[in-house]
Amino acid sequence: MTAPPSHRTLPRFSATFSPQTIAEIQRAAATGIYDIRGGGAKRVLPHFDDLLFLGASISRYPLEGYREKCSTDVTLGTRFAKKPIKLKIPVTIAGMSFGALSAPAKEALGRGASAVGTSTTTGDGGMTPEERGHSSILVYQYLPSRYGMNPDDLRKADAIEIVIGQGAKPGGGGMLLGQKISARVARMRTLPEGIDQRSACRHPDWTGPDDLEIKIEELRELTDWEKPIYVKVGASRPYYDTALAAKSGADVIVLDGMQGGTAATQEVFIENVGLPILAAIRPAVQALQDLGLHRKLQLIASGGIRTGADVAKALALGADAVAIGTAALIALGDNDPQLQAEYEKLGTVAGAYDDWQEGLDPAGITTQDPTLAARLDPAKAGRRLANYLSVLTLEAQTIARACGKSHLHNLEPEDLVALTIEAAAMAGVPLAGTNWIPGITK
Amino acid sequence: MSNVDLGKAPLRELNAMLHALAPATNETHWIVTNPGGKHAIACGVDAPVTIDIEGHVGYYCGGMNKRATILVSGNAGVGVAENMMSGEVRVRGDASQAAGATGCGGLLVIDGNASARCGISMKGIDIVVKGSIGPMSAFMAQAGNLVVLGDAGEALGDSIYEARLFVRGNVASLGADCIEKEMSAEDKSILRSVLKRADLADSVSPNDFTMFGSARRLYHFHIDNVDAY
Repeated sequence: MTAPPSHRTLPRFSATFSPQTIAEIQRAAATGIYDIRGGGAKRVLPHFDDLLFLGASISRYPLEGYREKCSTDVTLGTRFAKKPIKLKIPVTIAGMSFGALSAPAKEALGRGASAVGTSTTTGDGGMTPEERGHSSILVYQYLPSRYGMNPDDLRKADAIEIVIGQGAKPGGGGMLLGQKISARVARMRTLPEGIDQRSACRHPDWTGPDDLEIKIEELRELTDWEKPIYVKVGASRPYYDTALAAKSGADVIVLDGMQGGTAATQEVFIENVGLPILAAIRPAVQALQDLGLHRKLQLIASGGIRTGADVAKALALGADAVAIGTAALIALGDNDPQLQAEYEKLGTVAGAYDDWQEGLDPAGITTQDPTLAARLDPAKAGRRLANYLSVLTLEAQTIARACGKSHLHNLEPEDLVALTIEAAAMAGVPLAGTNWIPGITK
Repeated sequence: MSNVDLGKAPLRELNAMLHALAPATNETHWIVTNPGGKHAIACGVDAPVTIDIEGHVGYYCGGMNKRATILVSGNAGVGVAENMMSGEVRVRGDASQAAGATGCGGLLVIDGNASARCGISMKGIDIVVKGSIGPMSAFMAQAGNLVVLGDAGEALGDSIYEARLFVRGNVASLGADCIEKEMSAEDKSILRSVLKRADLADSVSPNDFTMFGSARRLYHFHIDNVDAY
């Protein structure tokens, strides 16, 4: 006899075998291939949300909001480059390729960044005229694949970023699935049209930090020592990677946490390799301090930057600037609720869309389909990005003034406390209400 | 003729002078003495000049070269003529790893042997090695022609795209997705042309080579090919 409904237990889902996990096992069993997606780590991670600013008090004097200046400028490449980059705000646009993104999206990134006086960055696949034309300050990525690499574009760039790795996949190469290898993308990369493009995970002509030093010397010679040379690493061993990049002669080190996005990578890689950016900044800063190079070369932190508070916290921990990628795409129009019906046709919802590798983006951003790409108005999208960048800056200034700082770079770890023991240990700041910094004080 | 003694002048001075050459320069012949294995000699040149380097060079000699003819009368370090766009680089001795890596155009001729990863990720360059090449050569080679008069090491052409590999001697092993291919009349014509540019047309016959290229099985990921990864 069946028990009446009121006497039956509710269906209980397993914490270990969650509906998401079960669905993934079923998907894997049906297809025989791992899941690929775009974006960064989606799991819950210790992050800047776990930090708070203390603000001014009797012992700290605040600055008057709207009246007293809080500067935001930053100069990148002061160590060796003849022509360092001067940015009005310490928020840059991270490297994203034409190929992963549509041409209008790249143009919009350039327009938005230029409007507020900051830089954009190319990606795997080379530099497009649209991107160069609309970016007043453009960083040219030097990647293992060297797709589209040529000395003319190298000289057109304002800085060069040697990519060792990225936060979404430290140790991984790139991929761009065939749907996005349009005729133009294929031509720029010297590849057959429509194939699944693989990018190597190691540089073809150097191995290890001693070689990297020689490679940097070559790039400096090629460009007559004018351009700042960045070295970008995914956050994994931040102390040693930072020290080695500095030893190799980098002007700028870009440190990308696992929340940083990718155009297309295995889900298992994105979620299980690398460090959250919160855990990476302090070891990197420590390495620079140990070498006497903190503030002599610049550190850019990226991976999960969303708000002016995140910007302020990254800078307080010792970064000189931050970079945004996913947030910039959202500002352009990615995951717009107005496209809900179209996201549903793709089996997802606005706010969760991450199949950037498929090239079917209804927002016209992560696609090479000319019809979809035409949906993105680069001028309007660029304006949205400029607005967003301005808000990030205003928010960071608001916090800095409250802490009594006349420049965002005057923020310091002493302005911060942590809400969790984990965050306190990772950020090297006291647990709120205590003097305890796990791993440092007793 | 311009002479630069790298035993006395800094490398920066040489490269700055080469980068400053006007398109119609009369300084078309440069002699570089005492290179002493320095790195990045004559990289980034973009002028139709000839540069004779009398001795051994370090890493990245002739890197990203455009239009210049660079002659190395000695051995070359890692990445000679890396990412060359056009022009010629000729090495009278042996070359270290990654010779001609990612090259997009032009001609690289190595009279001796080339070490591992020769022609890695090549994108249109033509490379002629009169001796033998090391392992993992032409890894992910995308376009261009690699001609080897001697032998090739292990894993030749691993994950190759559309480059052509011509080997006259033995191949230790082929990499993933690299297969022997029948040489068409067009392939043979291309090989003949490359040999001619390397001044080998009279001494080497295209008929003595075996051609290798992509099976194109890895162009689209398929679970049945997982053993190749």
